[in-house]
Amino acid sequence: MTTALISPAQAWVFFIPTWIFSLLIPVIGMAVFTYIIVLRLAPLFRAAPDQRTDQPLKRIGNVLKLWLVQYRQPRYMLAGVLHIMIFAGFLILAMRSMSMVLIGLSEDFVLPGLGGEFGHFYTIFKDYAATMVLAACIIAAIRRVFIKPARYAVPAKYGHDHTAEAVFVLGLISILMLSESLFEATAMVAETQTGSQAAFAAPLTLVWFFKLMLLNASISALQSMHLIAYYVHDLTFFFFLCFLPLGKHFHVITSVLNVYFMRMQKGTIKPVRWGVSDEQLDDLESFGVKKLEDFTWKHLLDFYSCADCGRCSDQCPANAAGRPLSPRFISIKGRDLIFKTYPLKTGKIHNSEPLIGSIYEEDEIWSCTTCGACEQECPLGIEYIDKIVDLRRGLVEDGDVPQSLQKPLRALEKRGNPYGKMERKRADWSKAKEFKKDCQVKVLDKKTSADTLYFVDSITSYDDRMQQIGQATARVLQAAGIDFGILGKAEKDSGNEIRRFGEEMLFQEMRTQNTEAILKANANLIITADPHALNALKNDYQGLPPVKHISEIIAQSLANGSLQLKPVEDTGKVYTYHDPCYLGRHNDLYDAPRMVIDALEGVQRVEMAKFRDRSFCCGGGGLMLFYEPEEDERMGVLRVRMADDAGADVIVTACPFCLANIEDAIKVAGMEGRMEVIDLAELVDRHLV
Amino acid sequence: MEILVCVKRVPDPAENEIELNSAGNDIEQDDLVYSVNEWDNYAVEEAIQIVDKIGGSVTVASVGDEDAEEVVRREMAMGADKGLLLSDDAFENSDGKGIATILKAAVEKGNYDVIFTGALADDGAAQIGGMLAAMLDWPYASLVNVIEADDSKTIKVGREIEGGNQEMNDIDLPCVLSIQTGINEPRYVGIRGIRKVASVEIPQLGASDLGIDPDTVGAKGAKVKRVDYFMPELGEGAEILEGSTDEIIAELVERLKAKGGIK
Repeated sequence: MTTALISPAQAWVFFIPTWIFSLLIPVIGMAVFTYIIVLRLAPLFRAAPDQRTDQPLKRIGNVLKLWLVQYRQPRYMLAGVLHIMIFAGFLILAMRSMSMVLIGLSEDFVLPGLGGEFGHFYTIFKDYAATMVLAACIIAAIRRVFIKPARYAVPAKYGHDHTAEAVFVLGLISILMLSESLFEATAMVAETQTGSQAAFAAPLTLVWFFKLMLLNASISALQSMHLIAYYVHDLTFFFFLCFLPLGKHFHVITSVLNVYFMRMQKGTIKPVRWGVSDEQLDDLESFGVKKLEDFTWKHLLDFYSCADCGRCSDQCPANAAGRPLSPRFISIKGRDLIFKTYPLKTGKIHNSEPLIGSIYEEDEIWSCTTCGACEQECPLGIEYIDKIVDLRRGLVEDGDVPQSLQKPLRALEKRGNPYGKMERKRADWSKAKEFKKDCQVKVLDKKTSADTLYFVDSITSYDDRMQQIGQATARVLQAAGIDFGILGKAEKDSGNEIRRFGEEMLFQEMRTQNTEAILKANANLIITADPHALNALKNDYQGLPPVKHISEIIAQSLANGSLQLKPVEDTGKVYTYHDPCYLGRHNDLYDAPRMVIDALEGVQRVEMAKFRDRSFCCGGGGLMLFYEPEEDERMGVLRVRMADDAGADVIVTACPFCLANIEDAIKVAGMEGRMEVIDLAELVDRHLV
Repeated sequence: MEILVCVKRVPDPAENEIELNSAGNDIEQDDLVYSVNEWDNYAVEEAIQIVDKIGGSVTVASVGDEDAEEVVRREMAMGADKGLLLSDDAFENSDGKGIATILKAAVEKGNYDVIFTGALADDGAAQIGGMLAAMLDWPYASLVNVIEADDSKTIKVGREIEGGNQEMNDIDLPCVLSIQTGINEPRYVGIRGIRKVASVEIPQLGASDLGIDPDTVGAKGAKVKRVDYFMPELGEGAEILEGSTDEIIAELVERLKAKGGIK
């Protein structure tokens, strides 16, 4: 091919053939990059084991959905669309970048497949891609510098602002786009000027603009620009490559792996140590995460992959309530610690210090309600709950448990419930005189059996207010013609929060006792009205009959006609449904409760600003009810205000802990009388025909 | 510093519904669950923290039947180095002086610089610390809420005076201290911690091991005998303050000030 300009592979500058630069830049670039990556990999090999190779097809599916299609990005529309533009541009331009590097060595180099018709098409396509990326970078930079979305702010305690790094990288990307286009445009103009067959410049692309601008430039000027553009691109490209692993832009490299290895099952907690069975736990030297390398390699990869987009913390209810927790900085601080412990400058690995007291604080770790909003939002599959639980396991083993949690934990150990109430009073709610008149609840044992077991759990068994949920649930089950019974004093706390607060051994005690009692009852189905119990029995226990939430049973009974409801009592009231975290996000149950509410003839139902998988945690269940956090405001109060803003007068929920928190929050927010909260089972019970 | 902490196994009201038995002379014993007396737990934590700082060892001793071993073990899971179970049929139904006599004998078997007791027990009369000190002829400080210990022959202890003032004293070693709750934040003892010390041998000492005349302790030696046990009749109900929120708050603050609750 003869071109109008001398290519970088053929040119000479000051008696030096430029192909030397074309060779040195990539060789040095790749050497530095390799050194950095080896050091970045080192902690992953020293980290705790993890099992992430199961279900390869589903994992590839995740990669296609979350990585390639960027499925979660548009949840934040503007940022998401900009990211998709840049990401798609990168993918399209990947081939071009590779050819660019090689063109510097051999002018006629063409990537396999890029010759002929497809090559022409690709050239036009990538020119539009580059233009799109530049446009996205400019908008993104304007957004970061002038609009400053609140979620990018860095609170003083977490160090300096991150805007400079973000804008610097946007600048690098822009330089790549501009230099590549200029390189191509200069060649085109020269071809036009010398009358040879010029390539087609797609209208409105960067190349097209450059071509217009340079139409009258001299050949020598074009020649200089051509070479300068090439080496600016080459240098920037390899600088960028080596810069990526130094900060949040590491995600450009790691995200595809992070998504491939992301957690596959909802509602579960990782074992104390992968590869160590429950029976072998007593032999473990240490529990949980206390220093950096106690994290699993995937959790360290998470730290590398965090793009600092702030979505997790933007959704985190603990962060919104002013608790000392921001999931984003769990990652950023973790990443910075890896960088510090494995420094690139010396390449010498430092000893790891305890994490608590250096980068994390106890209150920070106890502030999490494990609601899962952060994980639901993260565009590249970073996990937080397992990390928090692992850190808590370490704290529990060292005895560093807040005083407010020690009493309920001891009571759970002694009595199987966090209130320290007598075991034999666990079924007292079913013996109340008024209730017993029209609903008899069987206690299942060797002699008494039933098709369905109603697992009540502690709060509904013992809390005066929540006992009404138990009674309503029983009446609804009876009305639906379901043969059911309870475990009575043989039932222990399901332990959902015991496990999530890091007291694994106590959780296993509860699980052993419950499993034995449940299997002895010999029921075909387990029903519960407590999503925390649902989650534990379904996801943390093994070998039990199927477990369903009462909302599923009601929806099903309405559908098959075994349950009928009256028209809604208060036609003037506006209802809204609050998704409990352990029903929605952790168990994907969003529709059944809504169908049940909508089955009330004449009901008016609205959605709050945050609903379904973006539901806002009420403040947390189980042991979280006992924890005394540092916070500016209760999560429940924020939630009640959301209901108010949506124009609702009645919040319907389907979890006793949500009910407890929201009931308190209505009082704290001073909305008594104009806002009420009711459990779904109670609502249905009231409307039974 | 060698520290002996005396601990007691009690039914914690937070985990039990305490009811009178049908005879009306004691609480209903069925269905009770037991734990370490709360004050004693603070005492053990304080001892562990001192030893962590300046060295030495912590020994935990409990007078009781074999069931008391459970609380000694729990405190060892917390971090105490040694346990002692002071158990003998002759010790049963001791009064306060009897318990102090047994503990004194145990103290004399060892080489302790300081003895901690809880300031009182859930079911106790706050008398052991004082009696033990008197029997040993050692100095005694009660209701201790601060301890500053170093390697010298004295330690500094503080106590809160009614009304919220703080007093600090130097006290000569060896001495006996009764520890108030709030002096620290006791660490959590999980199931795993208890399992780790499950097989540690806890020596059991009886009357003859301790050189105690069985007639001076237990029911025989008791000079204080319980004659009645009952639930006091409920007094008048609480008073509900009325008015606007601001008025209620102002009234509450006024009353708390008047009673010395706040300044």
